[in-house]
Amino acid sequence: MYKAKTFSLAQSKRRRFIMESIRKAVLYILLTAVGIFMLVPFMWMVTTSLKDAGSVFVFSWIPKQFEWRNYITAWRGGPTGVSFTRFFLNSIFVSVFVTFGQIFTCSLAAFAFARLKFWGRDKIFLAYLSTMMIPGAVTMIPVYSLFSRIGWVNTYKALIIPGMFGSAFGTFLLRQFFLTIPKDIEDAARIDGCSTMGIYWRIILPLSKPALATLTTFVFMGVWNDFMWPLIIITSMEKKTLPVALAAFQGVYSTDWHLLMAASTIVLIPVLLVYLFNQRFFVRGIVLTGLKQ
Amino acid sequence: MSRINKKLRENLTGFGFLAPNALGFMIFGFLPIFASLLLSFTEWELLTPIKWVGLRNFIQILGFHKEAGRIVPNDPYFWKYLYNTFYFMLGIPLGMAVSLILALLMNQKLKGILVFRTIYFMPVVSSMVACALLWRWIYHPEVGLLNMFLLLFHIHGPDWLGSTTWAKPALIAMGIWKGAGYNMLLYLAALQGIPEELYEAARVDGANRIQQFWHITWPLLGPTNFFIIIMGVIGGFQSFDVQYIMTGGGPANSTKTIVFYIYEKAFSMFQMGYAAALAWILAAMIFVFTLLQWKMMGKKVHYV
Repeated sequence: MYKAKTFSLAQSKRRRFIMESIRKAVLYILLTAVGIFMLVPFMWMVTTSLKDAGSVFVFSWIPKQFEWRNYITAWRGGPTGVSFTRFFLNSIFVSVFVTFGQIFTCSLAAFAFARLKFWGRDKIFLAYLSTMMIPGAVTMIPVYSLFSRIGWVNTYKALIIPGMFGSAFGTFLLRQFFLTIPKDIEDAARIDGCSTMGIYWRIILPLSKPALATLTTFVFMGVWNDFMWPLIIITSMEKKTLPVALAAFQGVYSTDWHLLMAASTIVLIPVLLVYLFNQRFFVRGIVLTGLKQ
Repeated sequence: MSRINKKLRENLTGFGFLAPNALGFMIFGFLPIFASLLLSFTEWELLTPIKWVGLRNFIQILGFHKEAGRIVPNDPYFWKYLYNTFYFMLGIPLGMAVSLILALLMNQKLKGILVFRTIYFMPVVSSMVACALLWRWIYHPEVGLLNMFLLLFHIHGPDWLGSTTWAKPALIAMGIWKGAGYNMLLYLAALQGIPEELYEAARVDGANRIQQFWHITWPLLGPTNFFIIIMGVIGGFQSFDVQYIMTGGGPANSTKTIVFYIYEKAFSMFQMGYAAALAWILAAMIFVFTLLQWKMMGKKVHYV
């Protein structure tokens, strides 16, 4: 009787193992199917970018001849005469300035909101919060009008200055994080004679590295991909950032899909490389910003 | 005396820290909101003198009049583009369903799950413009990847982006491909935050997997659903980029959204007053919808 029991136990164990294996296999199949769906468009882009003008319209996954020259042609910017070197530099220049400016001014303001006492503090903070829901289209119209009046249309200033100062979202995010830092550390530092600036610079900022890294990633990505504002304010090819430049090539190349796909690949590769090597930042950032609110 | 001095110093320090940010916020955030509101009561073409017209822009946008015995809107474009904007928002629940299913699949102890996460997230980090161009190519009527694929099953696919019926669903599908990974991560984080004991207790009570999902997982995903819907609707009201790049608003204006209309009015026709009125109507709609969702869903949200 004892023997019979162990036998059935072993049997049910084996059955459970088989069921578990089947479940896992089904999961892997589903996950792979979705993965293929996600990747195939990218593969199609790269394939197209390596074909010659004639074979673009013939269906095949592997080009007869790898036309690496497409990348050189696309990089040089075709008939526009402005190369992607310029667009990359424009995008880097604008994104770096806006990101660092914004992180700096937002962290200062967030520190004031979270840690300092001054007249009307909470009312001002409420004013910040209340603007977060207002769509960008509302502010774009007067700012554009202002810039057109003072001659800032089609200048880098117009791309950089509005972003450098004052982002309600960044201020809000950092304030929430600063509030979680224990006050005792600050008090101890004050007793040791640390100034307010010193507390901000030597205590709050170093302790907020994760939040700052997250915000940096987000702001940088946001500026890098920003489309509508550069589309409106920049009129000459030389000053276009990558997204608007790439969009402009639609009109330039019209049906030269191999060149359009080469240009798209050029734009995508650096971002994907940065992502693949810094995944943690992206993932943590989303979880942090998504769930903290 | 010294107490007043201390107060003053405190205030000065506070405003000092706030100043750089607040200055930019005033010039580029706060004041333009009111400037925009003022502009919405005017007629102004950037180079012409500003003319105060009272509520005329709003009446033109929102009002109706009688024409040959039928009641017609003063500005039929506005209503058409508003409909389009809502149509595109169908992508929100669809995308949420896809993301949740993906997150449930991913929330398993499987080897190599990180590889899948990496792949699913790739479209999210990719440049919008590059993806939009890529999908225009995939939707190409004769030699696009999609129609080639359909041909394997002897289906002749339509000219996706050139058809007034298919352009909107095609853009929604592209949006789901692009954004699914983002919401998947949010769901995944939420799923991993649900304590395992709850499932164990349910299993002891004899609940199967489907019951466990509807009675434990789904209610506890409330805050995440709430967040995704709110952000989705706020973003959905403002969709513009994809439409601008992939269809240019066509065919026959069938993919133009409200923001597309604002863009046209303000930056190609330079009717700043009219555009400002449109922008304010948009802002009001976003406000009302967010408030409604807050009232309706905010109370139902469960917290662990």
